[in-house]
Amino acid sequence: MATSAGAVKAAPWNDPSARPYVEVLRVSKSFGDFKAVDDVSLKIYKGEIFCLLGASGCGKTTLLRMLGGFETPSSGRIFIDGEDMTGVPPYERPVNMMFQSYALFPHMTVEQNVAFGLKQDRVPRPQIAERVATMLDLVKLSGFAKRKPHQLSGGQKQRVALARSLVKRPKLLLLDEPLGALDKKLREHTQFELISLQDQLGVTFVVVTHDQEEAMTLASRIGVMNYGEIVQAGTPSEIYEFPSSKFVADFVGSVNIFEGKLIEDEPEYVRIASEELGGTIYVSHGISAAPEAVVWAAVRPEKVFMSTAQPEGSDNVVRGAVQDIAYLGDLSIYLVKLATGKVVRVTQPNTSRHAEAITWDQQVYLTWDPSSPVVVTR
Amino acid sequence: MKTTPHLRRFGITGRGLVVALPYLWLLLFFVVPFVIVLKISFSDIDLAIPPYKPLLEWIGKYSLAIKLNFNNYVFLFTDSLYLNAMLNSVKVAFISTLLCLLIGYPMAYGIARSKPSTRNILLLLVILPFWTSLLLRVYAWIGLLKANGVINNLLIWSGAIHEPLTMLYTPFAMYVGIVYSYLPFMILPLYANLEKMDWTLLEAAEDLGCRPYQAFYKITLPLSRNGMLAGSMLVFIPAVGEFVIPALLGGPNALMIGRVLWDEFFSNRAWPVASAVAILLLVILVPFMMWYQSVQARESAGAR
Repeated sequence: MATSAGAVKAAPWNDPSARPYVEVLRVSKSFGDFKAVDDVSLKIYKGEIFCLLGASGCGKTTLLRMLGGFETPSSGRIFIDGEDMTGVPPYERPVNMMFQSYALFPHMTVEQNVAFGLKQDRVPRPQIAERVATMLDLVKLSGFAKRKPHQLSGGQKQRVALARSLVKRPKLLLLDEPLGALDKKLREHTQFELISLQDQLGVTFVVVTHDQEEAMTLASRIGVMNYGEIVQAGTPSEIYEFPSSKFVADFVGSVNIFEGKLIEDEPEYVRIASEELGGTIYVSHGISAAPEAVVWAAVRPEKVFMSTAQPEGSDNVVRGAVQDIAYLGDLSIYLVKLATGKVVRVTQPNTSRHAEAITWDQQVYLTWDPSSPVVVTR
Repeated sequence: MKTTPHLRRFGITGRGLVVALPYLWLLLFFVVPFVIVLKISFSDIDLAIPPYKPLLEWIGKYSLAIKLNFNNYVFLFTDSLYLNAMLNSVKVAFISTLLCLLIGYPMAYGIARSKPSTRNILLLLVILPFWTSLLLRVYAWIGLLKANGVINNLLIWSGAIHEPLTMLYTPFAMYVGIVYSYLPFMILPLYANLEKMDWTLLEAAEDLGCRPYQAFYKITLPLSRNGMLAGSMLVFIPAVGEFVIPALLGGPNALMIGRVLWDEFFSNRAWPVASAVAILLLVILVPFMMWYQSVQARESAGAR
C-alpha cells in the first residue's frame, strides 16, 4: 500500500490546495417525490475514515449506495481518484462495500467468499490463495477458512465480510453500519480493530452509522446528515464542541439548550437573556447574529458545575432542585429542575469513592464557564 | 393437554393421539390399498367377480395354501410393450420437467422480484387455472390445436400458412398439455424458494466484480437449487404416471404406462397384470421420492 499511516493526521481538509480523493459534487437523489439526498457536496481525502452520521431515513445510506454505484444520482457528479464515476456500474468501480447484513454467500465457505472477487478478476490461482490467506490472517480467521457462514458467530461473519471487501484492495471501502449487528462489548473492541486495520492498509473508508459514539471513535471527520443534507462536516471534536446548529448539538451527544434573546452583542462577548433559564447567559466570545435576534445557547452536561453553595456573580448561575439521579459508575447524571420548569442535565465524574453525595430534592446552584456555551442561530 | 387418568392407563395421551392421526390416515389410504394391489399382482387371472383368484385357499380342513404367482411380473418383462411404455413415460416426464423448468424459472423469478402488490396478482394468475377442472382445460386445448381450431384458423387468416398444421394427436400436443397442466407445480416451489432469497447477495456479487448475468449464474442459480429440485419432483413424479393428457391429446401412438395400466384394468380386465404394472411404476418412482425427501430434510435443517 502506498499511503503511509497517519496521512490524515495532517488534516488535508484545512489545506485548500490538497486534492480530494473522493469528490461528491452537488449530488441529489429523488425517489418519486421524496428527496433522499438533497444537493450534497463533499470532499473526502486519501486515508480518511469519513463517517456519515444521521438518524434513519436521513439519506446517509442512499449517499453511500451512490458511491458504490448501486444508485445513480438524479443530478450531480461523483469523482473517485479524479475519475468521473457517476454512471459507472458497481462491478467496474474500484470501490468495495461491506453490507449491513454482511451479505455473505451462504453456499460458499469463508475462503470461497473471500476469494470470490479475486476469481472474478481472473487473478492467478496461487496469488488468490496467498492473498486470501493473508487477509484471513489479518482478520484472525485463519482457522475458519473451510466453514460455511451459518457456522460462524456474528463477530466472525462481520470479519469475513470485511476481509472479502478488503481483499481486492479497493481505492475506497464503503461500510454500511459495520458494527450495527454486534453487541456492545464486541462493538467497542471491533471499533479499535477497524481503525488499526485501516491504518495498516491505508484504504480510505466511508462509514455510515446512526450511532454517534461509533462515529466519534472511528472517524477522522464526521458528516452529520438530516433530511438529505449534510448539515455539518468536521472532526469529531469540532462537531461536538462547535456545533453549527441546534440539530447537530442535540444529535451528537446530549446537551442543554436555552432559548434566549441577545441583549448585548460585542465583538468580545455577548449576553443573552433567557426566559427558559430564568437568568442571563454570558458568553466570552463574539458571535455573528442580528441584535435582538432569537438565539440558542447550548451547554454540554459535563460543562455544568453543580454546588450547594451559591457561586459568585449573577451571569451563568441558576438555582434548581435535583429531580433525578442516575449512577453510572464512572459518572453520575443529575436532572435538575429549574424554577421555570426547565430540566437541566448535569454529569459529574465520580472522582472520589466517598464523596458527600447530592441527593434527591436538594436545592443546588448550577454554573458554567463563560467559554462553555455555544451560541447557534438556527 | 391433560388426558383423564383412565385413558392414560391404556397409553393414550393427547400428544399420542395427535401424532397417531396422520399415521392412521396413511395406514387407511396408503398402506391398505397398497397391500391390496400387491396381493392382486401375485394372483391368477380369473373369469369371476373380482376377476382374480384368491391368494389364500383352504385345502382340506386344517391346511391353508398360499399361492404366489410371479407370472404377472415375468410377463411384464417378456412382452416389450410394458418396458417400452415405461421408458417412454420416463422420457416424456423428463422432457416435460425440463420444459417446465425452462418456462417456470423465469416466471417464478419475475414474480419473486416484482412489487409485493403485483406479486399477489401474478401468483393468483398462476393458481387461477386450478379453479377449473383439469379435464375441461385439456379439452380446451383440443379446441385450440385441432385442424380447424383457433390456432390454425388464426394462422391461415394471417396468411402465415395455407394448409392447417397437424398439431392435435401428436407428441407436440401432448407436451403442450403436460407442460401447461404441471407448470404451476414448478412455479410455486420455485417462487417460494426465490422469494426467501436475500437480494443484497446479488449487490455484493456485483460489488465484487460480477456483471448481473454472472451474479445470477454464480449466486441465484446455486441458491435456488432446492426450489428447482422440489419443482422438478412435483412435475416429474405425477407426469410419469400421467394418463388423461396423453390419452386426449397424444393420439393412439402416445404409449404411456398410465394408459397401459388403464387398458389392462378396464379393457382387458387383467387386474393382476395391471396391479403388477402399478407396483413396477411405484418401484421406479420410490428412489426419486426418497431423493426428494432427503433434499427437503436437508433444506429444513438449514444447511443451505
